[in-house]
Amino acid sequence: MPTTDPVIEARNLTKHYGPHAVVQDVSFRVAAGQTLVLLGPSGCGKTTLLRMLNRLVEPDIGVVLVNGHDVRDQPAEQLRRGMGYVIQQVGLLPHYTVAENVAVVPRLLGHAPAAIAARTTELLGRLHLPPERFAGRYPRQLSGGQQQRVGLARALAADPPIILLDEPFGALDPITRASIRREFRELPELRRKTMVMVTHDVTEAFELADQILLLDAGQVQQLGTPRELLLRPANDFVRRFFAAEQLGLQLRALRLADIMAELPQASDTIILTYSESDTQPLSLTATIQEALAQLGQAAVPSLGESAEARVWVRPTETAAPADFLPLTYATLMAAFGYAVRRLGIEQP
Amino acid sequence: MTILSELLTFWQAQADKIGQQTLQHIGLTAASLVAGVAVGVPLGLLLTRRPRLAPWVLGGAGVLQTIPSIALLGFLIPVLGIGPGPAILALFLYSLLPIVRNTLAGVRGVDAAVVDAARGLGLTDWQVLRRVELPLALPVLLAGIRTAAVINVGVATLAAYIAAGGLGEFIFGGIALNNPAMILAGAIPAAVLALLFDAALAGVQRLSGRRLAWAGRALLVGLPLLAGLYLLPRAASKLLAGFSPEFVGRSDGLPGLRRTYGLHPASVVLAPALVYEAARTGDVDLIDGYSTDGRIKAYDLRVLRDDRHAFPPYQAVPVVRRQTLDEHPELVPALARLAGQLSDSVMTELNYRVDLKHETPRAVALDFLRRRGLWHEPLPATGATIRLGSKIFGEQYILAELYAALIRGYTHLGVEAKTGLGGTSICADALRTGAIDLYPEYTGTGLLVVLQPSPAVLDSLGPDPAAVLGYVRREYRRRYQLEWLEPLGFNNTYALLMRRQQAERLGIRTVSELSAYLR
Repeated sequence: MPTTDPVIEARNLTKHYGPHAVVQDVSFRVAAGQTLVLLGPSGCGKTTLLRMLNRLVEPDIGVVLVNGHDVRDQPAEQLRRGMGYVIQQVGLLPHYTVAENVAVVPRLLGHAPAAIAARTTELLGRLHLPPERFAGRYPRQLSGGQQQRVGLARALAADPPIILLDEPFGALDPITRASIRREFRELPELRRKTMVMVTHDVTEAFELADQILLLDAGQVQQLGTPRELLLRPANDFVRRFFAAEQLGLQLRALRLADIMAELPQASDTIILTYSESDTQPLSLTATIQEALAQLGQAAVPSLGESAEARVWVRPTETAAPADFLPLTYATLMAAFGYAVRRLGIEQP
Repeated sequence: MTILSELLTFWQAQADKIGQQTLQHIGLTAASLVAGVAVGVPLGLLLTRRPRLAPWVLGGAGVLQTIPSIALLGFLIPVLGIGPGPAILALFLYSLLPIVRNTLAGVRGVDAAVVDAARGLGLTDWQVLRRVELPLALPVLLAGIRTAAVINVGVATLAAYIAAGGLGEFIFGGIALNNPAMILAGAIPAAVLALLFDAALAGVQRLSGRRLAWAGRALLVGLPLLAGLYLLPRAASKLLAGFSPEFVGRSDGLPGLRRTYGLHPASVVLAPALVYEAARTGDVDLIDGYSTDGRIKAYDLRVLRDDRHAFPPYQAVPVVRRQTLDEHPELVPALARLAGQLSDSVMTELNYRVDLKHETPRAVALDFLRRRGLWHEPLPATGATIRLGSKIFGEQYILAELYAALIRGYTHLGVEAKTGLGGTSICADALRTGAIDLYPEYTGTGLLVVLQPSPAVLDSLGPDPAAVLGYVRREYRRRYQLEWLEPLGFNNTYALLMRRQQAERLGIRTVSELSAYLR
């Protein structure tokens, strides 16, 4: 757990609709710059939980603190203007142009028109919506992916420190979804943001989360890092929830550091050394998935005794190129297999 | 083709009047729409925030909508009297349902995700309403206003019945006089107005985005201006007259007064049933009526003497089939017992008891006969049955009861009453074909409605009651083998009436004096 004060803290949140409890006694903390993913099956209460954070839903019991202050201490509108909000259906104002949609919150906050225009142009450019083409368009003239990009730009326009996202990629086709998610992850804007995101997509959760809160029937099943949920599931529900995508998740959750002990000693056979022409070395924090992805792109050497694709690992931060370790598909997957067994993860 | 040319002639002759009525009509419609929008839109928006009230409010507005417009006006008269007030209120009530319902439907139709996103971004409830819900609901809302506008242009024709003017004046005049050209003269501009309102609002509806918002604002400014049109043509005059549509159109009505006396009072048109009431309450000062109407006595009105005989005589006379008289000669003396017995004031008194005291015509008739010593126990009916007709108003019912009692008392004939026949031509046809044997008719009506002589003949007859009676008697006998017997004594003619108090204060007893006063 980070030691700094949490930016968002939920304490014992409970919400009933009629006799039915949709959220029961949920507590969590999100530190500055961290991403918390609310994960769970449909109807588990994750959206309700998210909407309590910006007071679109008021809890029956419990409090939400933002930067240590009860959210009820200020008008709901003011609170919301300090939090970006992105929803699955996007909800762009159909009678506003793209630029006007992006400018909604800065205008509410009374920013100068020139500053708003500059910010809008900057954001649209960064989200691959060239402003000269898109600024004057209306939402109905955009594709689903473009609309969601505008939705993101709108949430980011006033540069709020907190972003709430409710299945932001849920309505997109798989290809668009993957590409927008990648852009999203790489967006420098978001690096500094504290984010809470709702999803039911396990892969998405593992890709984006620092912490995952797994919910079922309004109750917390487990709160922890993706790796903790995968390697030390708190109960059967957690185990079953990840069972179907076990392998993919393991590839995302395990890092090179986890498998270093299982790698064959390179010096046993042929001594290979890293040269400048090779791909950038991977650090130990890279996931197995990322190592595989880089292997897939690596060129196969045409000469030499080992005609295999190869990437390099830097065993420590300060290691010299001479100490870099080579990885091939065979060595990587073998080590991954041993590591999984060692860590006691059950195979499906 | 003749109707078309009549119509064009009519329009040419009445161009000012049509123009004024059109402006009034637009004014009435616009004023009620302004009120409808001013109340309906906020009410609809309130319902979006208090959905539990929606079924009640919409149900209430729906019930209002189902009240027939003429009945709604009727309900409002006791509260608001006559004139533009109740007319605009009634139109306003009719416009409520479409406006409230469409406001609600429009706002409800706004994509929930858009509203959710807007709230999540930090728009206040008011901002969500003004910047998101209202603009997005505008096309549906405008459709409601458009519906209301078209309904109101139509219903506004009824305003003519309560002295609020508009294009209904000619329509009702035309209906009363069975004059299709006159009906069309009002109906065509009303239809064109409805189409124009519809097209204009449809055009506004088709606009999109910003232009739509501007058009909405323009409408908010423009409608009250249009409503202001209503105030323009109100003329100032010493006295305000309220006339029934038939009187305004009939040649022996207002046009006749104009010819004879040069009388041009500022006037409004209203339903015949409301004329007396309007005079009583002081909404108008001068009305048309019938000289034997019971309300003259009840409301303390004065009949202005027709000193230059603009109105032809309308003596009441029993009209009988020749064949019936030949077969049953004993009818003649029985019917003759009533001849000359009923003066204007006596008939007015009897009408008063029926129309205002709500006594039955039979009770009033029998009481009258007893007091005059004309009553006789019915004789056993051994002979044929005489079928008695009457038109559909109190005086005729009383006369029919009088004759029925006389026939039963002084002959052995049976009596079958066929009272309440719709109008003059129905009675006349029934008599000619033998569906009835006799009914009371008025000489002037027989002359103008049934015989319809040339103007030259009319001029030659002049205002002399005996000459008119002689002419209708001769012509009825020649054409239809029908007999006009002896007059009952009273003359139920058109009359100009004023409140007695006002007439006395102004020293007006005759139409000539009225004309002089107005000049």
